[in-house]
Amino acid sequence: MSKKSFRQAINEAMHQEMERDPNVILMGEDVAGGMGAPGEEDAWGGVLGVTKGLVGTYGRERVLDTPITESAFVGAAAGSAITGLRPIVELMFVDFMGVCFDQIFNQAAKFRYMFGGKAKTPLVVRTMYGAGFRAASQHSQSLYPVFTHIPGLKVAIPSSPYEAKGLLISAIRDDDPVIFFENKMMYDDEGEVPDEAYTIPFGEANLTREGKDVTIVAFGRMVNLANQAADALAKEGISCTVVDPRTTSPLDLDTILECVEDTGRLVVVDEASPRCNMATDIAAQVAQDAFAHLKAPVRMVAPPHTPVPFSPSLEDAYLPTAAKIQEAVRMTMNAAQREVA
Amino acid sequence: MAEIQPVVMPKFGLSMTEGAVLDWHKAEGETVAPGEELMDVETTKITNAYESPVGGTLRRQVAREGETLPVGALVAVLADPSVPESEIDAFITDFQANFVPPEAGGEGEEDAPRAQKAETPQGAINYLEAGGGSGPPVVLVHGFGGDLNNWMFLQPLLAENRRTIALDLPGHGASAKQTGSGDVASLAAAVAGLLDALSIESAHLVGHSLGGAVTLHLASTAPQRVETLTLIAPAGLGSEVDADYIDGFLKASRRKEMKPVLQRLFADPSLIRREMVEEVLKFKRLDGVDEALTAIAEACFPQGRQGLSYREALAGLSCPVQVIWGEADIIVPVSHAEGLPEAVTVTRLPGTGHMAQMEKASEVARLIEGLMGRA
Repeated sequence: MSKKSFRQAINEAMHQEMERDPNVILMGEDVAGGMGAPGEEDAWGGVLGVTKGLVGTYGRERVLDTPITESAFVGAAAGSAITGLRPIVELMFVDFMGVCFDQIFNQAAKFRYMFGGKAKTPLVVRTMYGAGFRAASQHSQSLYPVFTHIPGLKVAIPSSPYEAKGLLISAIRDDDPVIFFENKMMYDDEGEVPDEAYTIPFGEANLTREGKDVTIVAFGRMVNLANQAADALAKEGISCTVVDPRTTSPLDLDTILECVEDTGRLVVVDEASPRCNMATDIAAQVAQDAFAHLKAPVRMVAPPHTPVPFSPSLEDAYLPTAAKIQEAVRMTMNAAQREVA
Repeated sequence: MAEIQPVVMPKFGLSMTEGAVLDWHKAEGETVAPGEELMDVETTKITNAYESPVGGTLRRQVAREGETLPVGALVAVLADPSVPESEIDAFITDFQANFVPPEAGGEGEEDAPRAQKAETPQGAINYLEAGGGSGPPVVLVHGFGGDLNNWMFLQPLLAENRRTIALDLPGHGASAKQTGSGDVASLAAAVAGLLDALSIESAHLVGHSLGGAVTLHLASTAPQRVETLTLIAPAGLGSEVDADYIDGFLKASRRKEMKPVLQRLFADPSLIRREMVEEVLKFKRLDGVDEALTAIAEACFPQGRQGLSYREALAGLSCPVQVIWGEADIIVPVSHAEGLPEAVTVTRLPGTGHMAQMEKASEVARLIEGLMGRA
């Protein structure tokens, strides 16, 4: 166990799986061009250095730089997955899904179903998401709800370096296509990460705080903000449970319902645009299955329904913050008090 | 003498940075003896009654019930009733003005003991050393599915007076995941391997559960290495063992499955907190752990029974030996403490489950100190 960054944790997961299984390959834009190789090959290691050192260790045969043609290389990865390889493909920004979505949602997601269970598609699409990077509206979106919507895809959103390594190794060993969302603001976040390989099961929510008043469900980078909010609220005497579902598909609804039954109040924090996102999905499912336990209306903390602004001050105002989460929690508490009075 | 004594937030285990005072066992004005339970401290891992390290009159509860404070923060002030209130106030003001909370993972952590690894013929063994002194050290050996954190309350108490070493058995904690045959003899060989690697000729051994059988094996095969032997709810003295615990621990991969399994270990299941469950799951998720634990379970507990008896070996030991058992233990029954050789001291702890070293750390520490005094 030692302290590692989110970036190192993801890099180590790929290293260890490529070492363990020769069928694991990596492809994407600038993923080679990496450290550990002379000259031009030393240039990149991925646009933010996440794949550094892999081409030097595993060679050009298994670490493939691709042209800027997402439809071609994501399609090639999907095809190679059903032939027995276990490709990791890097879609540099999830905002680029528009040019390769047929390969993902109509091909990779459907192979197993359309071939009557005779085909496996052990494909991992690693992709960057999230705002706050001053990268403007075409490089800042949080599009995981779109993938969650598609049956046949699994969607993982790690919230810490520990989660990133374990979830990525699970994704690589999974026989279904997994879309793996990396928040670009988190690459330098540090945390304790075991040196050994390990897996974190999909569809098993993690509780990062346990409390009795309010349940906060949050995804990816929002988990840490929810933890900060919960710690601040604890000083005011409001105790919160924080649920990190880890994967949006499969979704551990049972744990969310159990926590709501315990606390009677729910706040969902989602970095994705507010319409048809994970917050609306969870709010609806809780309303359907745990309505009788709710002491207050469900609150959602999400950005406004606009493109991610390029203006730094507007971008900062756009994102959920710990303060906004605290305010939402207080509103659920006050709603309950009014009810009692 | 009118001395003012602070009580600060204790540090249970390596990772604790803060704790909450759950409730006070003593009111202001009451007399507190050293070792008396002062308050319940809740951490993210476990709730534990904290025994006052000092004695006197509880003059001030500085921490409110439910208040979370960093390790080392002032929680109470003890002093003779003759000390005026103004001096207590001045003491508190002075303490708070000078208190610097330790930063998580910051500079202050550097002095804390850190686990390290030693190479042995049985692979790398992870261990945590605390305390010092020239006499033979205390070596703490955990049970099936445990790790060196099982001694988080006991080790600091023993380390006040001497060198202590808590280790991770093969297949456990951060030790090598290769277990060989996984039987008691192979685990005992790993403990001996660590003693060799650290140039320890002999030690006071403390073994819990399966670790009890491991230390019994070591004491009977290498008696010259064992000064005293303390067995806490040990395996090896009867055939029964809670198969639900062994199987449950092997199978559980999710929080909801693991929590009830771990709760079987304690007389009061509410002591188990979220982070303890999560830490066990983190360990179980590591590559190689499933295979290691399965090998050990099959070798040591075939068909849900204990495979080996050390009753005869126990009778042949010449070093001082004691057995400590929680009366509410449902993992290894306390009835196994019956019919032992007369020379073996047996202490049964009421209201205590399988984890006596966590549930009754101070009492277990006193018993171990007492036995070491006889060596």
